[in-house]
Amino acid sequence: MHVPDGFLDAPTSVATGVIAAGAVALSLRGARRELAGSAAAGPTAGAAGPGAERTAPLAGLTAAFIFAVQMLNFPVAAGTSGHLLGGALAAILVGPFTGVLCVSVVLLLQAIMFADGGLTALGTNITCMALVTVVVAHLVFRTLLRVLPAGRSTVTASAFVAALISVPASALFFTLLYAVGGTTDVPIGSVAAAMGGVHILIGIGEGVITALTVGAVIAVRPDLVHGARGLARPLKLKVGGELVDAPAAPAAAGPAPRSSRAVWFAGLAASLVLAGFVSFYASASPDGLEKVAVDHGIDRGAEEHAVADGPLADYGVSGVDDERLSVGLAGVIGVGVTAAVGTGVFLVVRRRESARSAQDEAAARESTAGHGKS
Amino acid sequence: MTTDPLTTNPVPYSLEVSGLAFAYPDGHQALFGVDFALERGERVALLGPNGAGKTTLVLHLNGILTAGAGSVRVAGLPVDRAHMAEVRQRVGIVFQDPDDQLFMPTVREDVAFGPANAGLRGAELEARVTRALERVGMAEHADRPPHHLSFGQRRRVAVATVLAMEPEILVLDEPSSNLDPASRRELAEILTSLDVTVLMVTHDLPYALELCPRSLVLSGGTIVADGPTPKLLADETLLHAHRLELPFGFSPR
Amino acid sequence: MGSGHAHRLHLHGHSPVHRLPAHTKLVAVLAFVVVVVSTPREAVWAFAGYALLLAAVARAARVPAGFALRRMAVEVPFVAFALLLPFVAQGGRTEVLGMQLSVSGLWGAWNILAKGTLGVGASVLLAATTELRDLLLGLQRLRMPPMLVQIASFMLRYGDVIADELARMRIARESRGFRARGPRAWGVLARTAGALFIRTYERGERVHLAMVSRGYTGAMPVLDGRAATRAQWSAALALPVTALAVCLPAWTL
Repeated sequence: MHVPDGFLDAPTSVATGVIAAGAVALSLRGARRELAGSAAAGPTAGAAGPGAERTAPLAGLTAAFIFAVQMLNFPVAAGTSGHLLGGALAAILVGPFTGVLCVSVVLLLQAIMFADGGLTALGTNITCMALVTVVVAHLVFRTLLRVLPAGRSTVTASAFVAALISVPASALFFTLLYAVGGTTDVPIGSVAAAMGGVHILIGIGEGVITALTVGAVIAVRPDLVHGARGLARPLKLKVGGELVDAPAAPAAAGPAPRSSRAVWFAGLAASLVLAGFVSFYASASPDGLEKVAVDHGIDRGAEEHAVADGPLADYGVSGVDDERLSVGLAGVIGVGVTAAVGTGVFLVVRRRESARSAQDEAAARESTAGHGKS
Repeated sequence: MTTDPLTTNPVPYSLEVSGLAFAYPDGHQALFGVDFALERGERVALLGPNGAGKTTLVLHLNGILTAGAGSVRVAGLPVDRAHMAEVRQRVGIVFQDPDDQLFMPTVREDVAFGPANAGLRGAELEARVTRALERVGMAEHADRPPHHLSFGQRRRVAVATVLAMEPEILVLDEPSSNLDPASRRELAEILTSLDVTVLMVTHDLPYALELCPRSLVLSGGTIVADGPTPKLLADETLLHAHRLELPFGFSPR
Repeated sequence: MGSGHAHRLHLHGHSPVHRLPAHTKLVAVLAFVVVVVSTPREAVWAFAGYALLLAAVARAARVPAGFALRRMAVEVPFVAFALLLPFVAQGGRTEVLGMQLSVSGLWGAWNILAKGTLGVGASVLLAATTELRDLLLGLQRLRMPPMLVQIASFMLRYGDVIADELARMRIARESRGFRARGPRAWGVLARTAGALFIRTYERGERVHLAMVSRGYTGAMPVLDGRAATRAQWSAALALPVTALAVCLPAWTL
């Protein structure tokens, strides 16, 4: 279940729309590099830049996978069942950019095909379910991988935690959006608590399923798990030999990093300015305090209403009393979260860039070695 | 192109592979010096057991993989970066799973994909698409999504997608796999009616015998036999040595 | 999704609404929803006017009421949520049928129900009268990045193929006595998901090879160049313009 039209006010919808558009634009560039693989450098690199011709089929098929996997029902108890949301899984399997891209495309098609999620709320849905989920999952996952000792069990454990956190993070972000641009006043403090609580429960399910799925892929094709590439590289030398492993030319060290960094900066700055502007606008609106109501995590479909009803019943508990204060706070927090997410994206991008160039060099050496043998 | 080899050589081979060797970046070597040549208009079967390097060889024919050593020439053109667009125009590969090949929303768009990439537009493109679909008997299905076609029909459309590029040589990877007998026969009729060079990669020996007067046997990354198909299929020692078997009760004579 | 689901969603027809170019309809629906969303919720009569407008479009498109209403069932979870609002929201209370309800909660529930329903209704009509593929081409005409359109097209093309694979895997599981009951089954189901990912990704790589083999370099050839006439634009935009005419007095009164 996605946010419908009329749930958030117009400025918030426009702002999330702009954020979503920026995120998708960045992801299009990032995904090209994530999906380039070793073959992109080869003779197939075309006019649209290295990796461009791999992006559409691979991201398209991944989007179809996410769509399909959301149809896989995981039984919980007493006839109820849930399904994977897939944001964290996408981030870990194909990387954050491709993940954002694929989940966004799924949401876009759900909106225009099934009327699932309003057209004016598409930006909100993409921001909450594609951007926040994937970025949070990716940051948590990478951090844990760095901190914990290397190994397959670390990858699955990190996948679990990343997926678990990504779900309540997305729900809380939506709560913030609702605090800024919601259309009904519900006590925000208690709602945030309730939302967090429910979504930690849902997140545990998401985490277990994500970890098991990532583990299943790693067992068979570790080289396909983007988040475990560091782990898989030595393995690949021994096992590899997939069809597309054409000799890589050293010239293929990714599309001009400098210019794309400028674009990233611009996008980030634009989102920040807009987020700030909008929360200011929203808190100045005479409508006063607008508060949370829903989550996207009731999401699990009508069967799960048993779960959803409990916390919703608590909505009557009064929250923050001073209206202006809470709006102001919410606005500040909103900008803060946006900034944090944006900075996170930027840092990841920068780190990936240096990691990628090192990897390209390695690939180039590898291919030269391949030539030598034949 | 002033140095077009076509003008220097009056009758170039459709396909000329010489000394082709290839190793994957991980060091696994799949081809160890492959030599053969196909005359224009020939229909030749490339036979070999699983793992013989057939698919690796096919991917060299239009430059998806580039030779570690040796060379591939298509109609006299070397397969290299400078001639890539031209080569991909002239070598049409029909992959094994038609679902991989038919990626566009409708049959018509899929068949148009190749020629449109080559720059064709408008009425010329339309005519090319129609002609290709007519040659495989699928013209009336042009506006259907590939997913709604039977497997045999999809295989035929896959052939049409490649024919629409008017290739010099048609390369088919396991064309008879998963086809029922009727679809198998229909495809054979289509293939024999074409006037292009055909290289058919298969381990379906009866199909090779039916369609291809000449056969090559690829085993262990080299060509171990090259000759008339009936003669090769009658050589039990050769077949046995390279894990090729005729179906029970089938006699090549 | 994909063509299979599209059939349930799309109502094949030849009404004037069906014939309008997709991009004009997309703009019209988006503008309509924007007008609806920005209408003050107190203007109850305006929403009745919007509903009448949608009903008129549905009639012109010959979309049966039953079909449209069934498709609108996606909204049900939100209806359930909206019905809770009057009980939980804060602010002044009023008594309805002996229950203490929040006034702002009632307005909030009405707001979500009215706007959400009209939005869903407009989207359902759009999907019912427009082929998915045309919607995507329409989005491309409206300057959505071509790469995004390509990705979405691939998702549509292979959605069914992958859903079929998932169904086959389920049949295979159940044929061997597996029953998904409770979280203990998660391991098996997650392995299914993992296997599905591997198959899907590998298929993506094969599709990529097939595309490159036909000269693909990252840009899809643009085949459909149907522009909209002024008459078509005015027909499509009649909906949001009328809605705006309803909306303006709602703002000023």
